[in-house]
Amino acid sequence: MLDFLQMLVSGVAVGSSYALVGLAMVIIYKTSEVPNFAQGEMALISSFFTFMLLEQCGFPYYAAFPLALLFAVLLGFFLEFTVLRRAKDPNILGMIAITIGIEMILLGLVSWKFGADPKTLPFPISPYDSIALGEVFISALEALTVGVALVIMLILFIFFRFSKLGVAMKATQQNDTAARLMGIRTNRILMFTWGVSSLVGCVAGLLISPITMQPYMMWDPLLKGFAAAVMGGMTSLPGAVLGAYLLGIIENLFGGYVSIEFKSVVAFAIIVLVLCIKPSGLFARHYVKKV
Amino acid sequence: MDMKRSYYEDVQLFTSGVVVFWFVALLLFLGLLPFLFKNYYVYVANYMAINVIVALGLNLLVGYTGQISLGHAGFFAIGAYGTVILMTLLRCPFLLALLAAALIAALFGFFLGLPALRLEGPYLAIATLGFGLTITQVIGRSEFFGGRQGLHTPELWVGPWHLTTDRDFYYLLIPITVMLTVAARNLIKTRVGRAFIAIREADIAAATMGVNLVFYKTLAFAVSAFYAGVGGGLYAFVLRFIEPEIFTLLMSIMFLAMVIVGGIGSIMGSIVGACLLSWMDLQLRNILSIPYLGDWLETLSQSYFSITGVSNIQYIVFGLILILIMLFEPLGILGIWLRTKRYWKTWPF
Repeated sequence: MLDFLQMLVSGVAVGSSYALVGLAMVIIYKTSEVPNFAQGEMALISSFFTFMLLEQCGFPYYAAFPLALLFAVLLGFFLEFTVLRRAKDPNILGMIAITIGIEMILLGLVSWKFGADPKTLPFPISPYDSIALGEVFISALEALTVGVALVIMLILFIFFRFSKLGVAMKATQQNDTAARLMGIRTNRILMFTWGVSSLVGCVAGLLISPITMQPYMMWDPLLKGFAAAVMGGMTSLPGAVLGAYLLGIIENLFGGYVSIEFKSVVAFAIIVLVLCIKPSGLFARHYVKKV
Repeated sequence: MDMKRSYYEDVQLFTSGVVVFWFVALLLFLGLLPFLFKNYYVYVANYMAINVIVALGLNLLVGYTGQISLGHAGFFAIGAYGTVILMTLLRCPFLLALLAAALIAALFGFFLGLPALRLEGPYLAIATLGFGLTITQVIGRSEFFGGRQGLHTPELWVGPWHLTTDRDFYYLLIPITVMLTVAARNLIKTRVGRAFIAIREADIAAATMGVNLVFYKTLAFAVSAFYAGVGGGLYAFVLRFIEPEIFTLLMSIMFLAMVIVGGIGSIMGSIVGACLLSWMDLQLRNILSIPYLGDWLETLSQSYFSITGVSNIQYIVFGLILILIMLFEPLGILGIWLRTKRYWKTWPF
């Protein structure tokens, strides 16, 4: 029983970082129907930027982290403005190709600059301290990840429900033309979407990098986050979060009870199963194409 | 595109004597290539030919049927491991093992095609991607497949013929490549190919016209996987050693990039795209030895980047190519060629 609880807690902790990446992908997919494969590398380059500020330029934490978030937002703006907006008449394959292209460029830049040897990001709390919750242990960093994920979800919820910009984003997603007729500059909205998404992704990256930092560190969270988002329906924010927690927990339970070796692929088996039964994910209304 | 006036004009392999001439010239060139160039270039040609096979198969799926696959490295791995294991364990002759492994890959393609019937866009992308990763994990973790240590390929005998050098292998590989190319070209001119194209254009409309979606979509996956399986089986013997680390997601991405750069939905495009990207891949692996550019990159790396990570420039180059192609010429090299041809045909207007 104790094992089970421990696995559950670690599952939630892992799920939180998937949830952040999944949320970031859903935010972009919702407004522009781009499955953003570059999400992980965008977070990666922001994390390495923070690393550079802290380690090589000697910035204090309170200056480096806000600067990193600012960098992430600007990166999102930049990518949307220079690349995505220029794509003419893109289809889904084109969008996948473009985001994969961005991903490769960012990955190449980071590994050219920093090489492949693992590093760790200096962080205010040590990733190896642990907190006891009754008899279950959770590392301080994991607890922080869970907390931050919850706070970000709350902020996003409030943002999309009550802020003018959030409502404009929702309008753009629902009907681009009508939104433009209502006086929303949809181009600019898309740019902000990328900024917000990049910010959320960057938070995920920063929470992963205190343990290990190397150019491929974001692949696993990206794929799992993507899988979670797909499981939740790709357009539903709560769906992505739930999907991420489910994946995290199932993965840990599978690792504990069935086989630790195939822990990392069980997520994809689940995805394929879920998609076979509900092709649009668990929480999205099934989209039927009109002829 | 040129206008077709009759059915037979559409299906004929060579549209004019000029095409026959160039085809024969190409075959002659391919036949003489090992005598004209150094050994290294024969290796390069082998590498290209294998990528051509996989790109052709992927293009049948992505370009002609309009599906997405980010998991072709998985089929490639099945082909490679299948061939080697059939040869070592069952003492199968090479060609039989290759065919059997490719058929196993096709079977997996069929199974992957089943969920794909109901999926599209990002859903299909993640499902295929997951498939590719799963295959690599399963191979890497089980002792039967050699685990992380990988497998050495056995001695290669085709009938009485013992193939030892790249040059020998080249003469085995090129006929297979040419055969598969002609087969792909012929396939799309048949009922099957037209069904694929109809599904790409509008699957609901195709279904109304009597195209059996279940059959043709799974068939597209199976055929595509077959090509990837053949490519994988041959690739094992180019490397002479296979390990799970080769068949990464990056490899699937490279295959997709070849199809996109060459031109979606075009046999010629896949060939050109595969040759171009695999040549660049080999060149960029030792980027510092490229004349002029290499020195400049070395100083650049030393002052702003790191010298250990310099080989990662190839990712930047491939990423840039993908983005530029998608932004400026979504039809890839084929699109550039078509535009140039049209420009000169109507010149000076």
